[in-house]
Amino acid sequence: MKTVPTFRASLRSFCQGIVFLLIVHFIASFSAAQEPPYFVTYSDYMEEQGNLELDFKGAWGTPKYGNQFRSGTMEFEYGALGWWTTEVYLSGQSTANDSTIFTGYRWENRFRPFPREYFINPVLYVEYEAVNFADRSFLEVTGHATQQDLLVPNNLARQEIERSLETKLILSSNVWGWNISENFIAEKALNESEPWEFGYALGLSRPLANAASARNCTFCRERFIAAAELFGGLGDSNGFGLRATSQYLGPIISYDVPKGPTVAFSTDFGLNDNSVPRIYRIRVSYEFEQIFRRKGSK
Amino acid sequence: MKTLLICTFFFLALPGGFAQADQSWKKHVSAAEQAKANPYAEQPDAIAAGGRLFENYCAQCHGADALGRGKRPSLRTPDVQNATDGEIFWILKNGYRYRGMPSWNSLPEASRWQLVTYVKSLGVNHEDQTAKDSGREKTGSPK
Repeated sequence: MKTVPTFRASLRSFCQGIVFLLIVHFIASFSAAQEPPYFVTYSDYMEEQGNLELDFKGAWGTPKYGNQFRSGTMEFEYGALGWWTTEVYLSGQSTANDSTIFTGYRWENRFRPFPREYFINPVLYVEYEAVNFADRSFLEVTGHATQQDLLVPNNLARQEIERSLETKLILSSNVWGWNISENFIAEKALNESEPWEFGYALGLSRPLANAASARNCTFCRERFIAAAELFGGLGDSNGFGLRATSQYLGPIISYDVPKGPTVAFSTDFGLNDNSVPRIYRIRVSYEFEQIFRRKGSK
Repeated sequence: MKTLLICTFFFLALPGGFAQADQSWKKHVSAAEQAKANPYAEQPDAIAAGGRLFENYCAQCHGADALGRGKRPSLRTPDVQNATDGEIFWILKNGYRYRGMPSWNSLPEASRWQLVTYVKSLGVNHEDQTAKDSGREKTGSPK
């Protein structure tokens, strides 16, 4: 049953949001992250050692013959070492004419094996996830996932929890201001006898200006990054390929708010009948600088 | 649970022991990299733009005055100020990950050169240097 929030409840939520943002503003220094603004693709960017990034990713769309869903994922990304970044995700979703539920968590670790920069920089990615089948976060697409999977009501889908190990090989290059990233995904369910599932993500991004401007400006071009990403499933070990998979392509634009968060928007377009026609995305990220190292500062 | 707490403590404490002001990274820089010319050298606009970039990306560790914070090194020592533009560009590109210096390779090359121009414009800090090793000859003056 849908509940309609009262004006008072909405006002309270709004005020809580404002208070949270003010607290964030006063207890932490912001920094503009220089990472490419992809939603699905990973680049070789590692969180700076000692920094904590809070990241909210929202996605909403309407599968064919289904109800509109809105998902939200909160990410906590910490630079443990210069070559090791670790991250925890908490996800939930709300489906129209259905319910709002918590869908699970992920714990990922990214490792950079080489200390220096090369033409292609590899990063190894290992993730443990425990998410139910009602998950709509679209943080990756693997195997034969299609939009028909999204038609299952939440009360049924939430009962099936998949605990899986996901690995990625991330390859990334930075050339003439462009970032080009390729991810190859292999995922294995640990609590079910399912085959290995595969997927991919490709990303391309570039700031609108390579050189910074000499004066302070709010909307200068270097604060904007334009990007595009292509991602989808590649079947599984019983049937590798594009057959019965969903595929998406989407443009992205991100903006670094001066002394504030980074915001990004995207629309992913489904490229075949198995894909959700359109997925709208928003991302807001804050970086807390040297969060556990503040007392030693001069 | 106890193991988990110990692991968590270890994990959070890890960033503590890094980033001493050592210059050992310089030995990794090839002669060709050292000799790279800075297309923005001493240009006032590049210094201003580099200052903005420095405030965004570098001041959190090296301080707004570039004199270092905590264990993060000063960039106004003779070692840094006498380094070639190519050497500073090299460390911005590659970082020194095992010592806490991240790579800024995802910043466009032009922005990194602007940062180099700004850092080199700061000059050696006299007070910092005098306190550290009184008696050694100073090689520059603060601007």
